[in-house]
Amino acid sequence: MSTNGDPGAAPAGSMTFLGMPTAPRGVGHLRGSEPFPVAARRGLADTQQRRNLAKATASIRAKRAAVVGEVPDWEELREAARAIKAATMAHLDRYLEQLEAQVTARGGVVHWARDAGEANAIVVGLVRAAGASEAVKVKSLATDEIGLNEALAAAGIQAHETDLAELIVQLGQDWPSHILVPAIHRNRAEIREIFLREMGDVDPGLTDVPAALAEAARRHLRRRFLSAKVGISGANFAVADSGALCVVESEGNGRMCLTLPETLITVMGIEKVIPAWRDLEVFLQLLPRSSTGERMNPYTSIWTGVTPADGPRNFHLVLLDNGRTAALADETGRSALHCIRCSACMNVCPVYERAGGHAYGSIYPGPIGAILSPQLTGIEDNPSLPYASSLCGACYDVCPVKIDIPSVLVHLRARHVEAARHVGLLPGPEAITMAAAAWVMASPARFATAQRAGRIGRALGRGGPIRSLPPPLSAWTRSRDLPLPAATSFRDWWRRDHQPGKAPGQHHGEPR
Amino acid sequence: MSARDEVLSRIRAAVGANAGAPPGGDSLAAGTSGEVPRDYRIRREASEGELIDLLADRLVGYRATVRRTSQAELAAAIREALTQRRARRVVVPPGLDLPALPPGVQAVADDGFSAQELDGFDGAITAAAVAVAETGTIILDGSADQGRRAITLVPDYHLCIVRADQVVALVPEAIRRLRPDRPLTLISGPSATSDIELERVEGVHGPRTLHVILVDAS
Repeated sequence: MSTNGDPGAAPAGSMTFLGMPTAPRGVGHLRGSEPFPVAARRGLADTQQRRNLAKATASIRAKRAAVVGEVPDWEELREAARAIKAATMAHLDRYLEQLEAQVTARGGVVHWARDAGEANAIVVGLVRAAGASEAVKVKSLATDEIGLNEALAAAGIQAHETDLAELIVQLGQDWPSHILVPAIHRNRAEIREIFLREMGDVDPGLTDVPAALAEAARRHLRRRFLSAKVGISGANFAVADSGALCVVESEGNGRMCLTLPETLITVMGIEKVIPAWRDLEVFLQLLPRSSTGERMNPYTSIWTGVTPADGPRNFHLVLLDNGRTAALADETGRSALHCIRCSACMNVCPVYERAGGHAYGSIYPGPIGAILSPQLTGIEDNPSLPYASSLCGACYDVCPVKIDIPSVLVHLRARHVEAARHVGLLPGPEAITMAAAAWVMASPARFATAQRAGRIGRALGRGGPIRSLPPPLSAWTRSRDLPLPAATSFRDWWRRDHQPGKAPGQHHGEPR
Repeated sequence: MSARDEVLSRIRAAVGANAGAPPGGDSLAAGTSGEVPRDYRIRREASEGELIDLLADRLVGYRATVRRTSQAELAAAIREALTQRRARRVVVPPGLDLPALPPGVQAVADDGFSAQELDGFDGAITAAAVAVAETGTIILDGSADQGRRAITLVPDYHLCIVRADQVVALVPEAIRRLRPDRPLTLISGPSATSDIELERVEGVHGPRTLHVILVDAS
């Protein structure tokens, strides 16, 4: 792997991985103020949030399972998507150049941004050039990632979030906790309170019925949509061979922002490009079913450059790196860039469901966030995220583009340990434990001995889970309970129960 | 170095030596993605009747209003829909052939109205380009009988006329009928949100009522 990046051109203070600058500190929302275990403990203590999340994720899991189950070629679609994304990453430079040429040929203007600060400066300049002091925004993770709203506010430009959930979050001076349903941690009563307090023009008799709350949002935003001069969006997909941009949404706020303003500015991560028009037929089937659990989302908009007499007169596309090339440089970690932001992985994740999205500290929470954020920032800045998982594998099973999240988590843990050793830190208890476990598991005899020894551990649990181990193993149990080791190991039970000549099923003892 | 050149050179460094040589040589220019297994369904054989039934079922599932009719009865179906809606003044694309409307209903050809002006209409009537039965999706491509995107967005009511020969079974069949250089809008039911406790609410910013008239072939 080549490492001929130019560190001299990197913005001050940014880290590098294999010579690739990562997302700079001090701008945007990829880093939390505290490690995951600390933030997760607060999330766990928030019973209201846990109730909201448990209800929401259970409901969306059931919807997704139903609409995925009716697609006979779901696995073939997943495999095609995985292959398209892998092929895209392998030739990302060519596809981006092709996209740029197509967008330019159809009247759009393409801008490139090395990082968050540069992207923000470009957008601020474009809004000013349009003579506007406000803009309407479609929900966009890329613009949340770079802290665009704050940068616009600092330049005296007001950005109005128009997605209902983003509006709830913005009015509540809050932060998104889920990539699809950013206000998933808020229930209807809390949302009513926020609207009454912040909207100004709202009927004081507003009830907490969801339809009434949606109606209040419609009234609140209507005038803004009809008079907006500048719209700002992200992109779900950008098609290299035709220059087509695609935004998938439900409410119609996306169509408003993409169609009515004179100037449209779209900010997208460089990994969102797909090679060919027909690749869209794969993703437009996978995304809605994985995301909202619908056969198709209510509205999808696709446009190419500027269309005479239809929609914006000026179209700007900002292509954002901000640490993506650092992720690209890691051949295993690179698959995190395949993500199409459906959020299925967070809806099945037992850790996410209990800790909540805020605990991850980054705009990208859940399993995908645990592998994406540390790669964008450099693992030094998000060292606890690769451990924010039980490696149960549910995320891999539901991922529509087949990202093997558990394997990438393990890979990033190894990178973290390696990085710590590199800077001269003594290996921590976790590294020693993992190394010891590898040695023990490498030999059947050692493993059997260790398992028998483990049974002694039952004494520590007094019949329940082990809450704390003696040092140095206390580092493990500080943030975890340890299940009581089984009285009989599976290996011992198997040997006893499957002796030659004995009929299977004649149990001499329970497996536990 | 410009940001463009720097990002591109970072990518080349990151992906290594094979960067810039896409699989299959000239395939990049032809717009293919190299060795991608496409073992998913790209066609589903079904009669027009089956497809229209499925499309109608899906649209009703999204809480759109659906009316099946024949070419001979189309004018009556449009009149009935508008009367039911109590629409007085509707905007239509300049290229849409419309039958005589009920007395008191005025169809105004789109003349590049501003968003505020469009907000004053009771609804819009358009044709469609393609519809996908399995997903209940109607696709507009900005042709003369569908008009520019804003007219089906700002008014609160969209009456859409879909002909049987425009209905395909699968998303890939639709994508292959469409041209990427046209502004496309895929519509699957009226606008909706599930942002509050994941409870679906129909009608946020787009038209809150979607009325589809499906015209059978014979």
